[in-house]
Amino acid sequence: MTILALDLGFIIEKLIMIAIVVFASLGIALYTTFGERKVAAILQDRPGPSRAGPFGLLQPLADGLKLIMKEEIIPNAANKWLFILGPGLAMTASLMTCAVIPWGSAIDVFGRHVELQIADVNIGILYVFAVVSMGVYGIMIGGWASNNKFSLMSALRAASQAISYELAMGLALIALLMTTGSLSLKTIVEQQVQGHWWNIVYQPLGFLIFFITAMAECNRTPFDLPEAENELNFGYHQEYSSMKLGFYLFAEYINMIMSSAIMASMYFGGYDLPFFNEASVAPNIAAMIGVGTLLIKIVLFIFLFMWIRWTIPRFRYDQLMGLGWKTLIPLALFNMLLTGAVILAKL
Amino acid sequence: MNKLEILFYALSAFAIVSAIMVLVSKNPIHSVLWLILVFFAISGHYILLNAQFLAIVNIIVYAGAIMVLFLFVIMLMNVKSDQEPQKKLLIKFIGVLSGGSFLTLLIALVKQTAQLQGKQVLMKEGSIGLIHPLGKALFSDYVLPFEISSVLFLSAMVGAVIIGKK
Repeated sequence: MTILALDLGFIIEKLIMIAIVVFASLGIALYTTFGERKVAAILQDRPGPSRAGPFGLLQPLADGLKLIMKEEIIPNAANKWLFILGPGLAMTASLMTCAVIPWGSAIDVFGRHVELQIADVNIGILYVFAVVSMGVYGIMIGGWASNNKFSLMSALRAASQAISYELAMGLALIALLMTTGSLSLKTIVEQQVQGHWWNIVYQPLGFLIFFITAMAECNRTPFDLPEAENELNFGYHQEYSSMKLGFYLFAEYINMIMSSAIMASMYFGGYDLPFFNEASVAPNIAAMIGVGTLLIKIVLFIFLFMWIRWTIPRFRYDQLMGLGWKTLIPLALFNMLLTGAVILAKL
Repeated sequence: MNKLEILFYALSAFAIVSAIMVLVSKNPIHSVLWLILVFFAISGHYILLNAQFLAIVNIIVYAGAIMVLFLFVIMLMNVKSDQEPQKKLLIKFIGVLSGGSFLTLLIALVKQTAQLQGKQVLMKEGSIGLIHPLGKALFSDYVLPFEISSVLFLSAMVGAVIIGKK
């Protein structure tokens, strides 16, 4: 059945995929907030949330309910439309990344061959980059529309931080792209599945730079200058309340999940389970094992993010800019030069 | 109408409405946000022309980087719509007249150009906007200008870092 020569089955398949990925990301983000509090508690030698449900497992639901039930306040002096648009943009931009991440190889259901990726575009990594650069608008618009000096200062900080670290991130990526020769995330993962080594073996320095910049792009401690409480009260979401505040807080966790998924796909083999022959089991089961492997890698990365957050204190603003411009960019350029030289020597 | 035409007209309408909103918005921040929407619509047109690389680079460079700097500057200047100097009616009238005649001139030029006579836009065809043909062209036919401009950009970046160090 076709409408305007569109394949209806294809549209339904993609809609189901989008729904699954979006709701799974939201669900994981919900429990990442719980994980963060538990990890913080363990690192600080205290029990953490333990009252709601067994082991405190219902805590995220209680938090969410609390946020929704709170009174919603829009300040009189705020720009109303942009004030509402801000959190929505932040959330949309962080969820959009999931479109190009390959969650697994392909499965066969109801006689259809379904790729476990929403869109395999040949510019996958650039798409991620474009979405990341959109993410800063949510913060900037929200901070400006609040009509509060602290919010504005924090929004400007967030924007300049994001722009500075995007440069080093791009340069680190170029070195990886020189070795893979493709911008499609699916191709990059497949190369690692077929080849002997994951990309981290070829690009250790590149990964380190990418990891640091990813942390800065997610506004995580030690780079959470936009929400430095002791200088800016609460940061760009100071005037927000209820679920609009929840959206901002949630977007940070979704950003973390997406950047973990991208790092796992680009440097750590994506859905590739090491020392396991995918051909030895049925294709559907192999694909499911792949999805599970990627999820485990994502959880490990998220744990690393939290571990660093609760271990290292925050940078000063000039230190942050100094690290970005004077250390990471020269290092990334050096890494690019080194990669180019090795590729030339191999020819 | 096939689906490509529907998409084309929808995107064009979106682009034109957003562009008009850039002009008529009193608040400069709103103007910048509408301008970002214009860039998105143009990227949509690039995708219709099968130029995905150009589409995404348009978003990264214009919507992602340059417009952030625009927002930055406008937020720091804190321009208020009511403090902006209001132009006189006569100046507005002259502006509309000269802009309109320039538009007429452009349309007349495009209509007369010999290369455009009886040609149709290639929708969903052609490959020059894809990353492989573009890369090949840049590194074979245009390798010297490409390399010179890349060195220029790199030196500009290094220069910015050096100035910031002082």
